[in-house]
Amino acid sequence: MPDPVTLNVNGAQHTVRAEPDTPLLYVLRNDLKLKGAKFGCGLGQCGACMVLIDGHNVMSCDTPLWAAAGKAITTIEALGSLDAPGVLQRAFIAEQAAQCGYCVSGVVMTAAALLARNPDPSETEIKEALARNLCRCGTHVRLIRAIQRAARELRA
Amino acid sequence: MSAPARLPGSLNANRRLAQWLRFNPDQTITVYTGKVEIGQGVVTAMAQIAAEELDVSLARVRMVSGDTALTPDEGHTSGSRSIDEGGSAMRYACAEARHLLLQEASSRLDIPADKLTVEDGVISGFDRIRKLSYWELPHAGLLDREATAAIKPKPSARHTIVGTSAARLDIPAKATGTPRFVHDLELPGMLFGRVVRPPSYAARLTAFDADAVRKLPGVVAVVRDGNFIGVVATREEQAVKARQAAASAAHWEETPLPADDAGIHDYLQSRQTRDQLIVERTDPAVSARATRSFEARYTKPYIAHASLGPSCALARVDNGRVEVWTHSQGVFQLRHDMAAVLGLPPEKILVHHAEGAGCYGHNGADDVALDAVLLARAVAGRPVQVQWMRDDEFAWEPYGPAMVVKTRAALDPQGNIVDWALELWSNGHSGRPNSAPTTHRVSSLLAAWHLEDPVAKRPQADPPMSGGGGMARNSPATYHFPNERVVAHRVEEMPLRVSALRGLGATANVFAIESFIDELAVAAGADPVEFRLRHMQDARARAVIELAAQQAGWRAGAASDGTSGRGIAFAQYKNGYGYLAVVIEIGLEPDLHVTRAVAAVDVGQAINPDGIINQTEGGIIQAISWTLKEQVRFDRARVVTRTWEDYPILTFPEVPRVEVHLINRPDEAPLGAGEMAGGPVTAAIANALHHALGVRIRDLPLTRERITAALA
Repeated sequence: MPDPVTLNVNGAQHTVRAEPDTPLLYVLRNDLKLKGAKFGCGLGQCGACMVLIDGHNVMSCDTPLWAAAGKAITTIEALGSLDAPGVLQRAFIAEQAAQCGYCVSGVVMTAAALLARNPDPSETEIKEALARNLCRCGTHVRLIRAIQRAARELRA
Repeated sequence: MSAPARLPGSLNANRRLAQWLRFNPDQTITVYTGKVEIGQGVVTAMAQIAAEELDVSLARVRMVSGDTALTPDEGHTSGSRSIDEGGSAMRYACAEARHLLLQEASSRLDIPADKLTVEDGVISGFDRIRKLSYWELPHAGLLDREATAAIKPKPSARHTIVGTSAARLDIPAKATGTPRFVHDLELPGMLFGRVVRPPSYAARLTAFDADAVRKLPGVVAVVRDGNFIGVVATREEQAVKARQAAASAAHWEETPLPADDAGIHDYLQSRQTRDQLIVERTDPAVSARATRSFEARYTKPYIAHASLGPSCALARVDNGRVEVWTHSQGVFQLRHDMAAVLGLPPEKILVHHAEGAGCYGHNGADDVALDAVLLARAVAGRPVQVQWMRDDEFAWEPYGPAMVVKTRAALDPQGNIVDWALELWSNGHSGRPNSAPTTHRVSSLLAAWHLEDPVAKRPQADPPMSGGGGMARNSPATYHFPNERVVAHRVEEMPLRVSALRGLGATANVFAIESFIDELAVAAGADPVEFRLRHMQDARARAVIELAAQQAGWRAGAASDGTSGRGIAFAQYKNGYGYLAVVIEIGLEPDLHVTRAVAAVDVGQAINPDGIINQTEGGIIQAISWTLKEQVRFDRARVVTRTWEDYPILTFPEVPRVEVHLINRPDEAPLGAGEMAGGPVTAAIANALHHALGVRIRDLPLTRERITAALA
């Protein structure tokens, strides 16, 4: 049985028992039941698993548990819920910014990191920030619009 | 006895009204559809149709989709047929249900039925005093009967829900990370499975040390059955590690592939083929006017569906009963196939649809469902979730087929097309599971072919032209050509596994037709828009071409300064479905990229305008990605495309402005919108490249290497 590891996720402490090289993504999804972050590639190439670690957007599929321990991890679940969606999430709903939606939570988390450091990003800055988030459905233009809408609402 | 009357769409095969809807005690209505959500918004559109015909608010409708125990069998959710087949069935079923309820209310209220109105499920006369709700009537008994389709659905002028951009039912969960996907399902005691696929299609497992894998932490089962290997573990990361260990413990004997990616098109043209004459129309008097003739050859590589989320399924096998949760596009067809593989009667298998990542056609969804069942069988009673790893999906999904299209045409002295011919070479475009009877046991599922006692591959199919066509989809031109000949050459040998990818043959055929039209316009010294309109009689086709050109600010004869360009292309999907024209603007620094896409779309009556626009935007961006970047790479040994680095797709910084202009025709039949953009966008980019640089690239993708070579 591996030693317990303490994680700070969405403001709460959690103790999990998993090997230190376990991808953070699996711990979030399977131990903590936070299913928002998705497995897309396991190689840090697609962004479906994006979370925030100490405010930076990081791919959780190739972040080992040991590297996440002791840091502040934020997942999409911290931004709001189905009953009470947060500003970013409301903007995605308002813009109908999804087709299959598999990339969406990763895009939302990248956007959260972007808007925290740049409350008024240009379209180009939004695109650059999302350079590591893949979307296969071609929903990009709506995803960008949703982030612009959220930025406006956050500034208001 | 005469045959039962033909009913609209999939009502014909699912004739009981009770199969389509049920009234619940909480004053809601459960509506059952065999069509499933694959990111295209169709379940929301079905809810709109049902609410419209029943005169209830959308909030009262609960949707159940794709379930072998609960919903109608409407075949696959594919081919942009859902609104046509499923939507028409839903309309007639709900219109008839409303009628029956009204009849009953009429006798109870003692008011003639034609004097009754329905408002959010409450039936009343004009006095609004005597009233009854649907839920107070004996609805279950009334719906337990065969549909007649004798009740006409509402005319579009009275629509208040259909035709509005109702918000998608699934988006709030997806925007908040709420569990919704099959990947997110969890059952008590669930284990995690992974598969180890062979290194290449025909590889044989010669040695495998299963014990080395069984000793690893958390491993519950290691399954080896012929060339099929799978592992089951308590934790997901343990399953992933066990998969790596199992791959190292397996030794394979490989068989070379008959071609590589560079040689595939010559290979296709060198095979014995089964040929089909698709169009033959001759007018010798017109062809006699020909003074100049032209020929060209266009190619499309294998293209991956490349779903963002690798395919996933959850299965439980208990006392000879199998239950599967899957993002398959056809739960009944998957069940039929699995029954054959497992030697079980279909009624022992329950298949539930749960959403997956966008598939754009037949990806690994069905295959992974069988993988999950085979692994669940090894841990009887315990549910097993299997998700493919990225390389499983890239290397084993059935790709959109490589194709070759040759065109030939002649112009008269005025620059009119007086002769037109097109020939195409391709594999069949469907390897999906299906329920069509066969003389021997067959399967379309990957693992079935690899078992010790293998099940033969179901022969590759190709949808007939009467069903919209497969390889020859959109091979006839929509233009008016007095002389036209189209021949499809079907290649039986399949170097790579292929199946349906968004648009099927339309992508390559429209790429060829719309590139060639542009070449002919150049030869005729004509403007590409004017040249198209000159040869087009269909008013709706003309309307989308004119609207796209106008919205894009198209200027006839505008020359390029060599750093940018613009091109147009058009198609009527399946030659009988929606119309789409698109103007593409490109830039060239540092590489060919699209700066703007302006599309005009006519899919008849728009059920959900925003849904149509969303699908069209997606289709445009995906097709830009196909055109600029995508091809599955393989050498003579194996597929070498395994990761996103091997298969780059369009990224956010590369995404252009996209504008979609919808022509809504409420009195025309509603048509699907998911697949129209592919062919027109590919051709419009190639046409824009020619406008900018004067070079014609006829092979996809339009890479820097090809452009450089053409300029040299």
